[in-house]
This record gives sequence, C-alpha cells and structure tokens, in this order.
Amino acid sequence: MQDFNYHAPASVADAAKLLAAHEDAKLLAGGMTLLPTLKQRLAAPSDLIDLSSVPNIKGICREGDEIVIGAMTPHADVAESALVRETIPGLAMLAGQIGDPAVRHRGTIGGSIANADPAADYPAGVLGHGATIVTNTRKIAADDFFLGLFETALEPGEIILGVRFPIPVWSHYQKLRHPASGYAVVGVLVAQTAGGVRVAVTGAGPNAFRASAMEEALTADFSAKSLDGLTIDAETLNNDMHASAAYRAHVVTVLAKRAVAAR
Amino acid sequence: MGQFGIGQPVRRKEDVRLLTGKGLYTDDVNFDGQVFGVFVRSPQAHANILSIDIEAALAAQGVVAVYTGADLVADGVGTLITDVEMEDLSGKKMFRTKRTFLATDRVRFVGEPLAIVLAETLGQAREAAELVMVDYEGLPAVGSTAFAASPDSPPIWEEHGSNVGVHWENRPVAEIDAHMAKAKTRVTVDIVNNRLVPNPMEPRCAVAKFDEESGVLTIYAPTQGGRRIQGGLAKTVLNLPPNKVRVISPDTGGGFGIRGKLYPELGVISWAARKSGRPVKWRGDRSETFVSDYHGRDQINHAEMGLDENGRVVALKVHTILNCGAYMAENGPRLPVSGGGRIIPGVYDIVNFYFSVKPVFSNTVPTDTYRGAGRPEANFLMERLMDAAAEATGLARDEVRRRNVIRPDQMPYRTQMGLLIDSGDFDGNMKMAMEGADWENFPKRRAQSEKNGKLRGIGIGNFVEAAGGRPTEEMRIRIAADGKATVFAGTHSHGQGHETVWAQLLNEFLGIPFDDVSLVQGDTATAPKNSAGTFGSRSSWMGGVGLQRSAKRIVEKGTKIAANLMQTEPEGVSFAGGVFTAGTSSVTLVEVAKAAHEPKNLPEGMEAGLDESYFLERDPEEFNFPNGCHVCEVEIDADLGHVQIVNYVAVDDCGFVLNPVIVHGQVYGGVAQGIGQALTENTVYDEDAQLVTGSFMDYGMPRAQHFSMIEALFNQVLCKTNDLGVKGAGEAGACGAPSAFVSSVMDALKPYGITHIDMPLTPDRVWRAIAEAKAATAA
Ligand SMILES: Cc1cc2nc3c(=O)[nH]c(=O)nc-3n(C[C@H](O)[C@H](O)[C@H](O)COP(=O)(O)OP(=O)(O)OC[C@H]3O[C@@H](n4cnc5c(N)ncnc54)[C@H](O)[C@@H]3O)c2cc1C
Repeated sequence: MQDFNYHAPASVADAAKLLAAHEDAKLLAGGMTLLPTLKQRLAAPSDLIDLSSVPNIKGICREGDEIVIGAMTPHADVAESALVRETIPGLAMLAGQIGDPAVRHRGTIGGSIANADPAADYPAGVLGHGATIVTNTRKIAADDFFLGLFETALEPGEIILGVRFPIPVWSHYQKLRHPASGYAVVGVLVAQTAGGVRVAVTGAGPNAFRASAMEEALTADFSAKSLDGLTIDAETLNNDMHASAAYRAHVVTVLAKRAVAAR
Repeated sequence: MGQFGIGQPVRRKEDVRLLTGKGLYTDDVNFDGQVFGVFVRSPQAHANILSIDIEAALAAQGVVAVYTGADLVADGVGTLITDVEMEDLSGKKMFRTKRTFLATDRVRFVGEPLAIVLAETLGQAREAAELVMVDYEGLPAVGSTAFAASPDSPPIWEEHGSNVGVHWENRPVAEIDAHMAKAKTRVTVDIVNNRLVPNPMEPRCAVAKFDEESGVLTIYAPTQGGRRIQGGLAKTVLNLPPNKVRVISPDTGGGFGIRGKLYPELGVISWAARKSGRPVKWRGDRSETFVSDYHGRDQINHAEMGLDENGRVVALKVHTILNCGAYMAENGPRLPVSGGGRIIPGVYDIVNFYFSVKPVFSNTVPTDTYRGAGRPEANFLMERLMDAAAEATGLARDEVRRRNVIRPDQMPYRTQMGLLIDSGDFDGNMKMAMEGADWENFPKRRAQSEKNGKLRGIGIGNFVEAAGGRPTEEMRIRIAADGKATVFAGTHSHGQGHETVWAQLLNEFLGIPFDDVSLVQGDTATAPKNSAGTFGSRSSWMGGVGLQRSAKRIVEKGTKIAANLMQTEPEGVSFAGGVFTAGTSSVTLVEVAKAAHEPKNLPEGMEAGLDESYFLERDPEEFNFPNGCHVCEVEIDADLGHVQIVNYVAVDDCGFVLNPVIVHGQVYGGVAQGIGQALTENTVYDEDAQLVTGSFMDYGMPRAQHFSMIEALFNQVLCKTNDLGVKGAGEAGACGAPSAFVSSVMDALKPYGITHIDMPLTPDRVWRAIAEAKAATAA
C-alpha cells in the first residue's frame, strides 16, 4: 500500500469538496474492494475520503411505497432487516449471500454498486427491483446506471447517498457461487412489480442486465414453464476458466426458473 | 493406560495458546536494527535477462542495499539442491537443472526472484523494488504439462535439448506386454492429476541476523524442522560450518511438505543479513505464496490394466508424466517414482507391474512434496483403474477390489517393487467403510434423491502409503530436579499436536503428569544432533519410538539411582507408573530426579542429571504402510452441474492410534485437501505460462460448505516393524479422498454413460460432461 492522506469528513458537502480538491482522491466505504486493491498496489490514490463519519447515509427506512437504503448500509444490515425481509424478500436474500460474515459487516451497498463488479450481487438487486440511485447531485434510474465492466453512470466527484427501492409485489434471488471467490457466476433476480415482471442478471455478462424476453414471457404467464426454450445469447456472455459462456447462458435460465418456481 | 497415556483422546494442550492468539510466529519476531527485504520477481515466464539497472532503486529513500544474482555468485553462493538421482534403463542419468538463489542471466517462471531490495521500512523496500529496471528478452514459453512432454515444445534447457529430464522405467516394457497379452479384459485410463498450490495458512516469512562476534547466522522461518535447511544454508549459501547456522521455526502455520525445503528466499535473506551487516526481514504475502511456494501434484497418467476371467489383475502398465516446473526442486522428480509410483498397485496383489516416468520441464513454479507426495496420485490412478475394471467386467466395484486385495494371510507381503508390507486388513477396511456408510441401502437413498430431482452416487477408494521418510531421528528427554520433563525434538509440530502426544508418551512410559511435560522444538540449537524433522508421516514412528527408547534409558539410569537410594541392587528394582520399587520400599521418579541432580546421592562414577537421548536408525528401505478405505456419497444438481457431498466415511489403519482426537484431525484435514483437489482446486497457466489462478479470487480453496460430516473410523492393525505399532497418519486423508469422491460422482453420472471427468469436478465441467453426453445420445 502506498501512502495516502486520510480524511473523515462530517458531511456530504465536505466530502464532495474534498473530492473536488484532490485529483487522485477516492471515496472509502467498507473498504472491502478498495483496500485490497491498494494493498496489491493496483491503485494509489493520493487521498482517501472515508464516508463512515458522514451522517444520514446509513440505515434503512420506509418512505411511502419505497424502501430507502443509505449508501453506507452494510450488507448484513440489509440481510437481517425485518423491514426488508418483509417488503423486498429478494433483496434480503441477495444481501445475505454476499461473501462471508466479515465482508457482509463491512461492505456497503453504495460501495458495491459504485464499484459495479460484473460478478457482484447488488447490481441484480438494484436493477431487478427498478430502484433509483440517489447521489449528491441527482437521481439515476437503475436502468441507466450500469454501463459496462466496472463502469457506471457516476460522474467524477459524484457520491451515492442511497438507493430507493419501490416495494415489489414479490421478489426472489438465485445465485450460483463462484467456486473460488464466492461471487456470482450467475445471479438472477426475479421481481413482480406494479409495472410487470423484472428479471435482472448479474455475473453472466460484463455488467448486470435485464432479460427482456424472459420478462415478457413471465409478465404474460408467471410460471417456470413459460421460460422453456428462452436462453440468453451466449455470444454476449463472459467466458472464463470457471464457466464457459454456454454454461452461463444455461444457468441463467435454470436460475430464473427456480426463482419463479419459488413463488 | 491412564487418562493421559497413549491411546487416549487427550485434548491438544497447544490449542489454547494457538487459538487465543498467544502463538509466536516468525512475523512476530523482530531484531533491533532490522531492515526489510522485498524481492524483485519476474513478470515474464521465460526470458533472457539482458540487464538489471538498480541505480534508481539504490537512490530511493530508505534503501540500504540492492543485491542481484551476480552479487551472490561473486560471493561464492552455490545452487539449490536436488536430492534425487534417476537414470533410464540404459544407465543414462537424468538431466540436472541448476538454479541459482537469484536468477542471473535467465528467468524461467513467473515469480522467479532476481533481486532483493533492503530498506529501512517495508513500504520503502516495496517502492524501491518497483524501481529496479530489468531488460528482458522474451523467449517462447511452455505452460502446460502435455506441451512440455511433446517434442514440439521449445526446450527450456537448451543444453539438454528436450524438456524431458529422463525416461525412467522400472523394467523393459516388453516384459509387461507379454503379460498384458494374456489378459481377458483390458481397461485404460487417462488422467490429468491437477496441479495444486498448497497454501498453508501462514505465508512464508523469514528474519535473519548475523552476529559478527560469534560468527553465527540466526534465521527464523516457518519450516518443518530446520536441520536440513541449516545444512543447506551452511554449505551452499554461507560457507560456514553447520553449527554456525541456527534455524529457528517457532509456531508454524502449516507445513504440508512444502515448508520443509531450502527455498531461494531463505538463502538470500541469510546471505543478505551477513552481507549488509543488518538483520533482514522478509514477509512474503499470499501473492508470493502462489508464485514462489513449491506447487504439488501435476501429473498426466496413462495406464492400462489387464484382468483374467476371474477378475484378477494380471498386468498393470503405467506411464506418468510429471511436470517438474522450470527447475527440479529438492524432491520433485522423485515423487512419481520412489514417492508414489512404486506403490501404484496399492492394496492389491499385482505381480506384473510396469511403470515409466518422464519428469518434464515447463515455465512454471517447481513442484515438490505436498501432502501425500506422489501417493495421492498413485492411489487415485489405481482406484480409477479399479472402477474401470468393474465397468468392463461387470463386477461390482467392491467385488473387483475384493478379488484383488492383498489378504491378511499374505502378510508380510513383498511387492513387485520390493517393498515389504508388514500388515494390513484391506478387505476389512472396505467392509468397515461400506457398513459405516450403509452402502447396502444406498439404492433407497438414490430413489429418494431422484424424487427430489437430484442424481445420487456412492463411491469407494482404497489406499495405501509408504510412510516413514528419512531413516534417522534422535529424541531427547531431560528431567529436571523437580521431576518436570522437557522433550527436545528435531521433529516439528505445525499442526500435528506433538506437544500433546509427546507428553502422552512420557506420561505412559515414565508416569510423569501430562502437564509436567513441555516440548522444546523448532530450534537447531536445541534439537538433538541427529534429528531430521517432520515430513513423510514419520514423526509418530521415528520420533515416537525414539522418545520411547529415550524414556527407557531414563528408567535404566533411574533404576540405578533408585537402587542407590533404597540401598539395594538395581536388579531387584522395578519401575511402573512413575515409581521405582524394590521389595517393600519405593521411590518416585520425582525423588530420583532430585537425587540425580545431587552428585552425593549418585552411584560412583555416574554423571549427574537425568537426561537421555536415543538415536533411532532404521533400514532406509523399510517403511510402514498406512492404509484405509474411504466411502463418499454425493448428490448432484444436474441442471447446474453442482456436486454436494452428503455423506463421508473414512476408515484408516494407521496402526496403533496414539491419540484418536489428533488422528481424527489429521484425517479431516487430509480429506479436506483431497476433496479440495477433486472439487475446487486447480492451478492454471495460460499458453504464455502466465499464472491465471494467482489468488483466492480464482484459486478455489475447499470450504466448510463443500463437506458433510466426516465419520472417521479406525481399523487398527498394529505395525510390526516398530515398537509402538504405529503407522503414519498425516497424509492418509489426502490419499483416500480424491478417488472415493470421483468414484461417487461417476456413479451418479452413470445414467449418462460418463466414466471420466478430470479433477477438479467444478460445476462447469460436470454440466459440460452431461451436456455432451446428452448431445451424443441425441445424435
Ligand atoms: C472476500 C470477499 C468476498 C466478497 N464476496 C462478494 C460477493 O459474493 N458478492 C458481492 O457482490 N460482493 C462481494 N464482495 C465485495 C463486497 O461486497 C464489497 O463490499 C463491495 O464490492 C464494495 O463495497 P465497500 O463498501 O467495501 O466499498 P469500498 O471498497 O470502500 O469502495 C469500492 C469503490 O466504490 C467507491 N465508493 C464507495 N462508496 C461510494 C459512494 N457512496 N459513492 C460513490 N462511490 C463510492 C469507492 O471509491 C471505491 O472505488 C466480496 C469482497 C470480499 C473482500
């Protein structure tokens, strides 16, 4: 790890100022992804701006028909929240399957989606529930957020404050864990929402995406059978030593069916 | 046999210390004035080093010195040791690689160290290491074992002209072909025995200082007993007499065979401490574990077996390719020959046996001993052949095995390779394992799984090892005036629980309270002169018997002192339970110990103290033969290719069990590593010989979720060749697990006609095999 300056701002505004003032500054949330990167000397930011002292960006509450989760909320809190379990079961399920207990108690939802790892679980949760990402400057629909491999719609200097999840009718998450890392080889979130069925897939492609053909089929007939013969084009999927693209394509359908069957 | 005697399930006394953070590991040791060393490692798999520019690094803040391979050579530092000699049938000797402690003119694998930077802080050393500029001229690289063995691969050692080090054979192949021709049934198997990164919990670490005044070089490092490393450092690196080199291995987080070696880093750190005049510390990280700890396994086997009309094996023929990596490590090329190859026939009575071994070179980390060291590979191969034989003959898998196992009435059994198996109840192992696993009712459980949409399979695997390692060991017992005992050992416990077991032995043989025995180990200055260390499942035999005989000497001397105290003749004194008795009078060992330290109480001419050692030497060709049978049961989610172990029974015959709790621990750990190999672990190099699986993100360690409960049972048959009746226990699990597991998966996949998938059986591979089988039947 190379030396850096450490800051612990007490407000979002201060954090934003610090971010603007230092060209090579980085936000620090749970540090579960960022710190290993620093240790391996793959990144060397001049300044780390720790969000842990910033008030009001951690915690879970209900606002009308939405569940609002602060950016600094650790995965374990989401997994164990009675409110989330009751209103968005698929999200609690998802958060409970991230990494191991230590990771779940440090890692945050804001850090996870800002990082946009292709194999991370949260992107499927955010996209599958049609959530809205709230930053210090604007609101971004999940559909517009994940742009590519580790690439999001966030502008330099933009800070995620929280994520607003519309309460679905029902949702469920299925995950095939990576044999080594435990991340998602494939993760599929199926949600029945007011606007129809949403199916979001993570792990399979360069970034989380929605399986629109599956969504249409399920909106028409919400049964595992209606997914018969529906597969994602393997050409667009990741292919590596742990899982071929053909396998991933197959697994997406299997997991989607299992999610639906869990209803 | 008291509560703390041998054979008792005594809890490990070291656990409290280790589990509450009170252990002392190498990284906890610091010397005043130490500097930190960071190695510059090659990012290239194969390249000529055109130049190394250290100017910028030398000028960097805090840097004390930068050394390259040339500095070591100039100082007379030699090359690493390969403790193996092999030749082909014509007498042509194997090609011996030469490895300098830091690469000088060529690098041959990613991670090979070529310079070291010393600086005041670790951070400064890391910064400066990045400033060492190396000009490489890239060369074509060899990444895979199969390619290394092919004549098309560019030779890594041009002076040898081939990547095949030697073609070793135990006998002319024509001899076996004659037997094979007579077989009624012939089966073949082709196996890729996957390369593993052993990954002890503690990464390597070293801290060394040179004391000008005494001329002694002291190095702390995790090892499996420092004696051999001491010798190597003294001779090849430092040019000092061995007694001027002190190797200390405090608590060590796992050995598995690969911690017993003289690695280049240990040599460089020692040398640099003397050269720079400053103590040097190196703290290897996990990334360095992946690219610099010796790797394990990595064989390709092609085998053929012939059976007669009764399902008896009439001929066995095996060709093995071993990937040695870029250099032959200390034992590397020996593993498929004297390590594992010669026990390939396993627990079976197979008289006609041929095997050949080609150690090959590739641009990869050298391979060496890893838990089992050739024996897991051998047993796996044999058991896959047995499953194939069952398939081909129509006999049940247990039946074909039963027809071929060596029977107790054939003991002692001389194998075709000349080993004398003293004892074992191989048929009994199978019976116990199958009963333990309720083999009989398996069909009911399968039907239940099928109802739940899962495939289910059960598998069996026999194994036998040759254990004992080096044929010499020395142990010492010293009893202080207060009766408390200290064991001085060169054996080294790094998970095996010697603090507990050695205390049990003293409790048993000397009646000393368990808590009054302490262990001093891991220091060449205190280890008995002729001690060796802990590897090759040898400590219970070589250390245990050595200790037992030292205890006997304590009793002998104690008897004389007791006789003197009781004013009688030694012949009339007997010893039991810590008390010397003669007629109606008695004295305790504690009293004798006290007297032993007061010269006035001693018989004429007797040396004061109660301090005895025993140097145990055995025939180098004599081994013990831990054996057993494992049964594994799995469920498979065929849609995902996901395999889950649902039941596991391990039957072990490790001879007399000194402490069942500890042996269970050894079995669990061994099974976990065996299942790791079979289910999750794989080391992948790409075509350019870059290591793709260089971290836990890509290298799959086995986890609790991969296992069911493991039931560990003993079928104890006392070893006849040592006083304690013990056989090795440390490597057994890793020998039995892969075959039982793979057998169970193939059993589950039988409906698809699948007979083989190379390890590890990851979901992707299992699913692909099923998909291909389905496509083939559809076509
Ligand atoms: C062993 C291990 C296993 C794991 N397994 C899984 C798994 O199974 N599934 C999974 O999904 N993840 C997994 N993770 C990743 C884990 O979920 C991380 O916590 C997460 O990816 C990053 O969250 P963090 O709070 O630690 O962020 P950090 O590491 O602190 O930051 C990550 C990145 O996000 C930026 N950032 C952080 N907060 C904000 C913000 N509020 N606004 C804008 N940018 C921000 C940082 O600058 C940085 O670039 C694992 C991690 C580890 C170490």
